[in-house]
Formats: sequence, structure tokens, C-alpha cells
Amino acid sequence: MDFRKYLKNNIVYLDGGMGTLLQDKGLKPGEHPECWNLLHPEVITNIHKAYFDAGSNVVCTNTFGANCIKFDDDKLELIIKSAITNAKTAREQSVIKNEKFIALDIGPSGKLLKPLGDLDFEDAVNVFAKTVKLGVKYGVDLIIIETMNDSYETKAALLAAKENCDLPIIVSNAYGEDGKLMTGATPDAMVAMLEGMGVDALGANCSLGPHQLRSVIEQLLKKASVPVILKPNAGLPKSENGKTVFDIDADEFSAEVTNLVKKGVRVIGGCCGTTPEYIKSLFSRTSSCKPVNVVPKNLTVVSSYTHAVEFGEKPILIGERINPTGKKLFKQALIDNDMDYILAEGVNQQEKGVHILDVNVGLPDIDEVSMLKHTVCELQSVVDLPLQIDTSNIVAMEQALRRYNGKAMINSVNGKKESLETVLPLVKKYGGLIVALTLDENGIPDTAEGRVKIAENILKVASEYGIEKKDIIFDSLAMTISASNKSALSTLSSLRTIKKQLGCHTSLGISNVSFGLPNRDAINSTFFALALENGLSSAIMNPYSADMMKTYYTYNALKGLDENCSEYISAAEHFSVTTVHDTICPQKNAEEYSSALQNAVIKGFKEKSAEITKELILKTPPLDIINNEIIPALNIVGNGYENKTVYLPQLLMSAEAAKSAFEVIKASMSGKEKTVTNNTIVIATVRGDIHDIGKNIVKLLLENYGFYVVDLGKDVPAEEIVEKVIELHAPLAALSALMTTTVPAMEETIKLLKEKAQWCKIVVGGAVLTQEYADKIGADKYAKDAMESVRYAQLIMLNKTN
Amino acid sequence: MKSIILSKTYPPPPFCEKEILRYANCKNENENIRALVNKCINEIKNKLTYRVCYCELPIKITDNICDFETFSVKSEKLAFNLKGAEKTILFAATIGTEIDRIIIKYGRLSPVKSLIFHAIGTERIEALCDAFCADIEKEYHIQLAQRFSPGYSDLPLSDQKNIFAVLEPEKRIGLTLNDSFVMSPSKSVTAFIGLNGKQNLNKCSDCNKLDCTFRGV
Repeated sequence: MDFRKYLKNNIVYLDGGMGTLLQDKGLKPGEHPECWNLLHPEVITNIHKAYFDAGSNVVCTNTFGANCIKFDDDKLELIIKSAITNAKTAREQSVIKNEKFIALDIGPSGKLLKPLGDLDFEDAVNVFAKTVKLGVKYGVDLIIIETMNDSYETKAALLAAKENCDLPIIVSNAYGEDGKLMTGATPDAMVAMLEGMGVDALGANCSLGPHQLRSVIEQLLKKASVPVILKPNAGLPKSENGKTVFDIDADEFSAEVTNLVKKGVRVIGGCCGTTPEYIKSLFSRTSSCKPVNVVPKNLTVVSSYTHAVEFGEKPILIGERINPTGKKLFKQALIDNDMDYILAEGVNQQEKGVHILDVNVGLPDIDEVSMLKHTVCELQSVVDLPLQIDTSNIVAMEQALRRYNGKAMINSVNGKKESLETVLPLVKKYGGLIVALTLDENGIPDTAEGRVKIAENILKVASEYGIEKKDIIFDSLAMTISASNKSALSTLSSLRTIKKQLGCHTSLGISNVSFGLPNRDAINSTFFALALENGLSSAIMNPYSADMMKTYYTYNALKGLDENCSEYISAAEHFSVTTVHDTICPQKNAEEYSSALQNAVIKGFKEKSAEITKELILKTPPLDIINNEIIPALNIVGNGYENKTVYLPQLLMSAEAAKSAFEVIKASMSGKEKTVTNNTIVIATVRGDIHDIGKNIVKLLLENYGFYVVDLGKDVPAEEIVEKVIELHAPLAALSALMTTTVPAMEETIKLLKEKAQWCKIVVGGAVLTQEYADKIGADKYAKDAMESVRYAQLIMLNKTN
Repeated sequence: MKSIILSKTYPPPPFCEKEILRYANCKNENENIRALVNKCINEIKNKLTYRVCYCELPIKITDNICDFETFSVKSEKLAFNLKGAEKTILFAATIGTEIDRIIIKYGRLSPVKSLIFHAIGTERIEALCDAFCADIEKEYHIQLAQRFSPGYSDLPLSDQKNIFAVLEPEKRIGLTLNDSFVMSPSKSVTAFIGLNGKQNLNKCSDCNKLDCTFRGV
């Protein structure tokens, strides 16, 4: 029988532990259990057979760690081939009459993915793809991806499986005592991502016993619309008389698992410490249980690598600030590849309280495909909010969705045939909540009826692609009332109909409504309130607008969506804070401000430095502020650091305060002035080394002193550094390494620089380096700390201009 | 002898502000820095996990080679450290990935916070190791020598490979090793402890890193 068919109407029994049984048979610590498929096939076959005999419908091949990181290609093929043969032999030998399936077992790669580790996402996909292809070649019935403790790696494995076979795929994760995966994902987040990508079943295994996994399982049952898997350990391990024992026996194990089967778990088995006896007990205890039907939950949901955001009664805020449209500084940041600026927009919006971030980096002059992919990855290393991938470039959309860790919101598809045909397959493959615009080849209908008709057609076509209604959210298009004074009314009326008649969630780009009018916030926030009352589920909006945020909090309070008005009350504390002008005494003259700025920088007050600079810049030329205020303040702190009266944290606090002052100055000068001399410094941590705190500190201080610093990041190959130095004709390169093992990489980089970019001086630093080391590997300068790097850079640039 | 590998999760050990400031290389802390450290502690404290996995290994020492039956390492200093012990505890400990996430985040946004979080992470993992060692002392009724990790003195980092093969911390506590033998999460420790009673190397005077900022006498 087909596994999917069997899963539909039955409780499915998986097998139990393998590793613990092999240890009993003599597997040594450090020895690969997968090799036993070849060395002791009879042992493996007997274990599989014992599980089939005990009642298992599915045995998992002994291939948990069978991947091309641990084994070379030939060995890998031999292992997987023999593992499958052993399982098949066991199936033939077992005489019990039940449905028997063989699952290709895929465990974690043993590496952590970037940005936390060093394995690239696509490399991870390739690693799993090799294993999947071999499994398909030698014939399995389904694929089980199990014990995954990271959502990103889970996605890589699942994508590899989906791209290389049509077999059923079931996925089980290892949750910790805190009810989350090791890298932070909740059960809700995993359900969102896995169901979005179309798994046949999902659940939890390993790490804990059935008692400790209970709350995770209950949560999965509450959210999942596919069968839930439970494959726990035999309780918790402990040492007893020199033996590992697990703290619950077969009887207690099966009793607790049975309780959860009665609540709806449909796929059961055991992990570490469980034996055929446990499965037998489980089988006999549950054989009379009727399988609980799996009910569709119809949840409209997106997720990040930590949590899920569910659309419901309470409005969802989608921050619109990561978008170059109409923003000069943002455009410039994109052109300069100034990722820090973009990331700060993400973090600031999160602090303002948005639930999702819209990400749009489309500009005519930049490569949107690589920019969007890069931005999504970078954002996911600093903010844990779900993202809305906002692009009309289909290649960029696919690349971003592929790399996204979670279930993304996608902006957008519309009623045009071409749009539906290109976007919907991506939604199906990668999962996602798709924003559908109610327009088609004939443009945007003026009437609500016309827009609803387009929405109906989109739903129909999407269902042909297998995309459910819950994964489509309609944008009935807000248009400016300055062009047509009835336009807001049609938008609101179509909103109402879509929500009520079609039962779909809705979204709007609020601020379009006020285009061309003065004091747009007033119009926007009132329109926002009207839209919410007419069924708006989510808004793409500006969270820095106090009016918009007030509307959001008051709406929730008035509609009974804010228990005890507590969110309103805590937000209201900030309502009364007005502009910066009021917080600084207005009668102060420029002189007082200037000493105040020095003082703020020296003390390391970030916000205050920016505020004072804002005042100062109205009356003082920018260069005077820099040369007479900021630089002297930095010099005082810098000298203090060199004389050991100031320590590193204080130095950095001052540097950050100076940076915030510089940012104010930069914003006021944007585009006006460009330095003529080339004061570019290329900085990087060399290949093989992932430590970057030292490099970041040096970078910050160099920027403080006015150098243009191009930061290539960490673990950077020599070729990339040299290429950048040549491209920018940089007079100075700064290289960092923390470990003795990466000093050779630094030496290699220096050699290549000396060969290809003779004009470039090289300064090196990092914990393992010393003057002798630096001399040995041919560096021009060893800097013992960040200040020394600054002094050297000043010297180099001075010599150059003279 | 078959080694049994056990895993343990600890409650958060108390924070030590003084240690954090020391790791942040700050000797004359003021209110400003203190406030920042406390702010950072509050930001991270509920996001950390404290996990250890460990096993007991037999040990035979001949000519500076420590033979743990399943693997052996050559190190004069480790051999001295484990001298007289018949058994050793090998452990791996980590405070999880969240600390790295936050260090990466502030590495982009605020280097000073990134520095403080580095210091907090270091203080946390050391506190976890101390808690674990205190448990071992209780269990074995013994006073332990200094724990000894790859990268200390003459014990090369490459021995991490053997340690990982034995403990399999990837699947037990989510600790991984990259090709340059660097661990992720970064705030993690692997170490040997000899069950030989106190046979101590002096933390500082027996170490060769003469320019170390933390070097005592």
C-alpha cells in the first residue's frame, strides 16, 4: 500500500532506538554506527526485524549520520545501499502480517549553518540531496528527517528531499526542556514552516521522554493540519552501576504515549533507550485505539526562525521602512551596500512594535537578486521578526524565499495571468503567505464588485496550484484621495466584502491614500482606523508615525483586543513625548552646545550626542563640528585609553556616541560633499576565522576618525580581499585573526596583496599576533589595539597626501 | 570499558558582575558601564540554556601520551595535569546559540554591547563549568584539579576532533565543530578533568602566554 494512503486512516508505528542497541552489541564510542551496515549487516537486519516483529510499520534505515561530510562519495553509496538492503531483508524475514515500509533516515549534518556556524545553506541542501538521491536509487518508501534541532537545517534537508523525489516526507524535530529547538524555534514556528513546504507529517523525537515532550506535542496538535509524530526517548538517561539506564520502562513509556495518541498523535515510535519491547508494549496498548481524525486548522500564519505570527482579530503591523521609495538616505545606503543602515531600520522598527518587516530593495541600478537575498540573510541575523519579501522580480523572489528561515509573507501576486503563473509555483514550493493585489490585465477596477471578482479568480487559480485560501491575503489597493475623492470608499467597501463573503484576511499599504496631500499622517491614521473597522487584518505602515501607532493601540483597546488596556497604557507613556527641540533648553547658545557635545561624546551618551548635533548643525558648518568638537573629544578618550585611564568599554561607548553625531552630520550633508582624497581602508577577518569583535572595534574607531572603511566581514578568502583592494585602490588593508591556526591564512593574504597590490600597506592585529609574528608574515605594521590602528592609518594617509 | 555519556541541564548560575567587567577588559568601571552591563544581562538572561554532556574515561599515561583507550593525545602539560589519575571526566558544555545571535546583532549595531555580551557569554560558560565541576566533586568526593581544554598550553586544538567523536555533543547538547576546530555556539567549553585529587597546574605561572592581560603572578 502507498504510505500516504495508509497514514490517512491508521495509527502508524515507527521503530525504536538503534544506537543504544548497537552499543550493547559492541559499538565503540567514536565509531560510526552507519559503518555497521557493511561490517555487521546481520546485526542491523536482526534489529530491523525485531522492530517489524514487534509491530512497527516503518523501520528507519541505519543512516542517521550518512552524509558526504562524514563519508566520501563511494563509501556513502555503499553505506546507504547496504542499509536499505538490510532493511529490505528484515522486511522479507518478518512474518508478522502488517503493512511494512522502509524510511530513509536523515539526521542532522553535525554542522551549524551560517550565520551561527560555518555551513552555507546551499551547501547543506547539497549534502542532504546526495543522501536523498542514493535513498531513491536503492528504493525506499518514504523519507524521515529526524532529530533536527535547528529550523534552518530542517529546511535545507526538506528542500533537498522535495527537489529530488516525490516520496512522502515526514519531519521530526528535537525540542529541549524549554519547548523550543536549540536555535530557538517554537512548535508553532515549525508547524508554519513545515506545513507551508508540504510535509506529510511532523512532530517531535529524541532529547526527552514522553512526559517532558507532552506540552510540545499538545501544541503541535493544536496547530498542525497534518498528522503529528511522537518518537520520544525512554525518559531521561542516568548512570547506574556503570551503565546508562533510561528512567522509564516499556510499560510506563507506552502508557504515556497512549495518552497522547488518544489526544490525536498519529505516528508513534521510540528513540534513544527504547527497544523492540517498548514498541511491542506500545502496539498492544494502542491497537484498540481508534485513530483521531486530523482536522484542518485553517490558520493564516507566517513565521521566523523563532516564532509564528498568526492573523486573527488583532491587527498585524507590517513595517514599511525597508524600502527605497522616496527615501534618499535609504537609496544611498543601497548603492553603497551599507548593510548596517538597513539593519538598523529593521531593529528600530521592531522596537517600535511591528510584527512583520516588509523588505523591498529594488532600485534600477542595483542587482536586486543578490541584494534581496543578502538583505534577507543579514536581517535574519539581527531581527527575529517574520519578513515580507517585497519584489516584482521573480528571480529575486525565489532566491530570497529559498534562503528564508521560516514561512515568509510574499508581496505580491495579482490577477494577471503571467503573475499567477510565475508566483504561485514559488508559493507552493517554498511555502508562504501570499499578498494578492486585486488588479489584472485591465488595471484596477473602480468598483468594489470588480475587485472582489478578481479576488475570486485568484482564489480559483491558486487552488488549482494546491494553495489554500488561508495562505492568500488580499490587498484591495489603497489609492490617493487627492486624485479621486471616492477612491478610499471603494477600497474600504472591497475590503469588507473580501473579509465577509470570501472569508479571507486582508492587507493594505496605508500611506498611498494620502499621496499629494499635506500632513499625511492625519489622513493615514484616520484611514487606518476606518480600514480596521471594515475588516483590515494587517497594514503595511510607518511605525515611526506617532499618529499611526496611536490608532493601533486605541483601536485594540476600544475593540476589547487589549486585556486591561495594558498595551495601551504602556504605549501611552510615550505618546506625550514631543520633539527633540523641547528636551534641550532652547536659549542655549552655540558655544554651550559645543562643549556639551564634547562632554556627551566623552561620557559616551549616544542619544544625547545626536540630539546636540541636530541643534548645533543649524548654526555651525559640519566640518567645524567634526574638527572642533568630535575629534578633540575622541582624542581625549583615545589618549586616555593609551594611558590606561580609560578602558575598552568606555572607549567604545564614546566611539558610538561620536558615530551617532556623525550620522546626523552625514544626513544633513548627504550627496553634497565627497572627499577628494582616497582614504579607503579595506578590513576583514581572514579565512578560517570567525571571530570579528576586534575587527568591528577597529572599524568603528577608524570610521570615527573619518576613514572610509569597507568591511568584508569574517572568514574572508585572500582573493576577495585583494580584489576589493584593487577595485577601490585602497591605500590600506587591515587584517584580523584570533587563532594561531588562521595565521597562515593571514600570511597567504599578505603575500597575495604584496604581489597584486604593491601600493597597499597592511596592518594586522588580533589576539594571537605579536610584533615577531607580524614581521614573519610580512605585514607593514602590527597594531596592538584599535587606537594604534587609527594612528597608523593617519600616518599612511598623511604620507600619501604629502 | 564502555563509556556512558550523560547529559545535564543546569539552572542559571548567579551572574558575577566583577567577572564580566574583567572579561570586558574594564578595570575602572563607572556607573555608566555598570548600567550597560545590567541592561545587557537583562536582555539575555532568559534566552540562555546551560547544557553539559560528559563521560568517564580510563587513562594511562606513558611518556607524555595520555591514552584514553578510544583515543590518545600527546601533551606534556595534560599528562602532568592528569598524573596519578586512573579515570578522567571528559565533558562538553555550552550556553546555546542565543548569545551568538545577540553578539552578531550588536556586532552590526553597537560594538560596545557586542563586547559586553562577549564578556557575559564568557562569564556564563565559565560559571556553568564551575557548577558542573562542583557537582563532580560532590559525586566523587574529591577536590578537582584545574580543568584542561584543547588550546591550553601544548594541547592542540585539533584534539577537539577526538573529543567530539566520543561525546557526540552535536546531538546531545547542540554543540558543533567546524573545519578549523572552532566550536559553535562559540560560548562553549570542552575539557578533561583528572579524578586524581588536586594535582594542580598554576593557572598563570605555568602558562606560556606571557603577554596575557589576565595574567596574575
